[in-house]
Amino acid sequence: MEATIEVAGLRKRFGPAVALDGMSFTVLPGQVTGFVGPNGAGKSTTMRVILGLDAADEGAALIGGQPYATLRHPLNHVGALLDAAALQPSRSARNHLLWLAHSQGLTGRRADELLTLTGLESVAKRKAGGYSLGMRQRLGIAAALLGDPPVLMMDEPFNGMDPEGIAWMRSFLRGLAAEGRAVLVSSHLMSELQDTADHLVVVGRGRVIADKSVADLIAAASGDRVQLRTAAPAEAMTVLAHAGGTVAALAADLLTVSGLSSTRIVAALTASHVPFSEVSAHRASLEEAYMELTRDSVEFHAGASS
Amino acid sequence: MTVMTPPYRSELSSGRDGFGQLLHAEWTKFRTVRGWIIGLVIGLIAMAGLGLITAGGAQSSCQGQGGSARSGAACMPSFPLGPAGEPVNDSFYFVHQPLTGDGTITVRVTSMTGLLPSANAQPGSAGPASTGDTRPGLYPWAKAGIIIKENLNQGSAYAAMMVAADNGVRMQWNYTGDTPGQPGAVGPANPRWLRLTRSGDVITGYESADGTHWTQVGAVTLSGLPSAVQVGLFAASPQYTVKSQAFAGTGTIGLGPTQVTAVFDHVSGVGDAWTGADIGRPEDYPGFGDYHQAGGRFTVTGTGDIAPIPEGHGGDADSALTVSEFLVGTFAGLIALGVVAALFITAEYRRNLIRVTFAASPRRGRVLAAKAVVVAAVSFVVGVLGAAAGVLLGTAIAHARGYYVFPVSGATEVKVIIGTGLFAAVAAVLALAIGAIVRRGAAAVAIVIVAIAVPIFLAISAALPLGAADWVLRVTPAAGIALQQAYTQYGQVAGVIYSPLSGYYPLSWWAGLLVMCAWAAAALAGAAYLLRRRDA
Repeated sequence: MEATIEVAGLRKRFGPAVALDGMSFTVLPGQVTGFVGPNGAGKSTTMRVILGLDAADEGAALIGGQPYATLRHPLNHVGALLDAAALQPSRSARNHLLWLAHSQGLTGRRADELLTLTGLESVAKRKAGGYSLGMRQRLGIAAALLGDPPVLMMDEPFNGMDPEGIAWMRSFLRGLAAEGRAVLVSSHLMSELQDTADHLVVVGRGRVIADKSVADLIAAASGDRVQLRTAAPAEAMTVLAHAGGTVAALAADLLTVSGLSSTRIVAALTASHVPFSEVSAHRASLEEAYMELTRDSVEFHAGASS
Repeated sequence: MTVMTPPYRSELSSGRDGFGQLLHAEWTKFRTVRGWIIGLVIGLIAMAGLGLITAGGAQSSCQGQGGSARSGAACMPSFPLGPAGEPVNDSFYFVHQPLTGDGTITVRVTSMTGLLPSANAQPGSAGPASTGDTRPGLYPWAKAGIIIKENLNQGSAYAAMMVAADNGVRMQWNYTGDTPGQPGAVGPANPRWLRLTRSGDVITGYESADGTHWTQVGAVTLSGLPSAVQVGLFAASPQYTVKSQAFAGTGTIGLGPTQVTAVFDHVSGVGDAWTGADIGRPEDYPGFGDYHQAGGRFTVTGTGDIAPIPEGHGGDADSALTVSEFLVGTFAGLIALGVVAALFITAEYRRNLIRVTFAASPRRGRVLAAKAVVVAAVSFVVGVLGAAAGVLLGTAIAHARGYYVFPVSGATEVKVIIGTGLFAAVAAVLALAIGAIVRRGAAAVAIVIVAIAVPIFLAISAALPLGAADWVLRVTPAAGIALQQAYTQYGQVAGVIYSPLSGYYPLSWWAGLLVMCAWAAAALAGAAYLLRRRDA
């Protein structure tokens, strides 16, 4: 089976509220796909539809080409962590994993392996109701990995985690993708996905705004701008404007230039004897890129298409 | 940053996907929540405990001879027991002679008349023969006819052909056996001919309107009947009782003995050496029976009955403890089991755990089925253990304290114990289905209590009048209580109120089970439909 998630044209209403409005994207194996958007953008609903928990009014969601409901032993195909609090509080972590294992034809040994993997073995016999949020997230991940699935889906896994936990989670997700798994991770904070996601599906109002690799997204947000550090910004602006560039001041000694390559900028400044200390490609932050995209989505939501 | 990694392939193998795995998972879920196991134990204690309190705390009082007050073991009644060990009435007037080996007796009954207590007689009056406080009339189950009986002891084996005042010709044997013949009252214009033939252990009864054309009514085998038996004419008329129905309960009021006088002629097939005997009459009790013989004409007067004593029959039997009383805690046990069964699914909704469950097992109907099997199985075990403890320990405690327990056979005890298990199992499935439909623990528990426990409680606590109680136990899920039926209803015994209060349920065990299963099946079907249709 292919390790993919394909979502095509999902539409769903909850009463008068439109939750999904033509949601379409594909999650590929071997990378972490970030599923980003503000709260209420339809991330959790999409994930529930993928897992066959909610029915879409229109559209299809496939795991490796198959609808979820037709999967036998689905946890061997997809592991999901939707809600770390979805536990019977009086049941121990090990017993929680045990019944899940039994439902997939797996044994208690597999449950023990995952308790070790997620670092929960010392607290495995304690009631899960007494766990911290971080411990519950680890238990949820253990449950998601129980069937050793090629596809993983996590809804806001960084929520409530301390910095140490976030670092652990990032490397964990990267490791899973490096093994060739398809990993879909949702977040409402782009910063959480910095250094984690390879690919981003940015959503707003139930539809996809952008579906790009992180590199492309940043490049697009950066434009072809060049960053210039100079002690004579006024002269530099004049010279570069004459050469056909568009110049903006970032700081007292810092300009960004678009419309000119760095070679031409250096040539023009040298010819006019304008001093400069640094010419480099301008690189936008992921957060900057995201803000720009979601601002656009607010402006153009009526006409946007994906 | 696009890294081309080959897609992941798992090394894990988990075999086939079967219902057994789902069952295993749901059982693991169930047994790993301590509160639910505690709920089962509470159910067990409730089920057996109330009955044991009844057995341990029973108080009875009665009046001994001369009106002295007695209580406890001194009130323990002693009934004659029939050949099958059941308590029986066996008192009648018997005009008898010995019969050795095979033989036949034939008679004609030409009239039956009788006396009843007068309409204003008070309960417990001494009776029609000793006072003038009577009126003429026949009690519906006044009997007169011919009988072949093992010996003159109460409770001995017998077979009889008789005319019952309002119930036509009957063949009856060994107290519980009853086969109807031609209906209709007897009188000079329409006499009845009766015949009994013994051949080995088999006794065959015949009737005829004219003494020429005979119809066989029945043939019964009285195993081990000795060669020498007693044969003759008998007359018996039961205690006059009135059924009372009141809002606070039902009961029978005995108004005193009744009497029947039957005239026989054309007695043939036997000798002429007759003896009259009042069978089963205490020596200090004024005898009401008598007979006169004039030519070939016998006039026999008697009182009493030859019949089983059903539980709840008036008189001494009312002070007996019953198996049904030992099971009085069933409704409380079912509440506990129902709560656990409903929580087994509502707890998952409460925590959104149901999403984990359905993600692991997308076929939701199968999940519901697996849950149903689990709650049914554990409730069956609790029901069986609770009923076994209630019946066996209750009987032992009552006996140890000197109380009479209205006897039931071992087979009936087993039936009642297994039946309680089935009752609990189906009730739990119903509770689970209700939980799946309403998805909220408190609402589910309230519905379960209203649907199952309240009807039982209303019916057996006599809060409802008799007819209403019967209907409640016919149509509500509480109909399953018929599985706890310990005592047999005898149509040939008059003056008994077969009410839920005294342990008689209106449906047979299988009909009760069917009604209850219909409820559970309907609720399960609704739950399965909603589970599939709704977002989890």
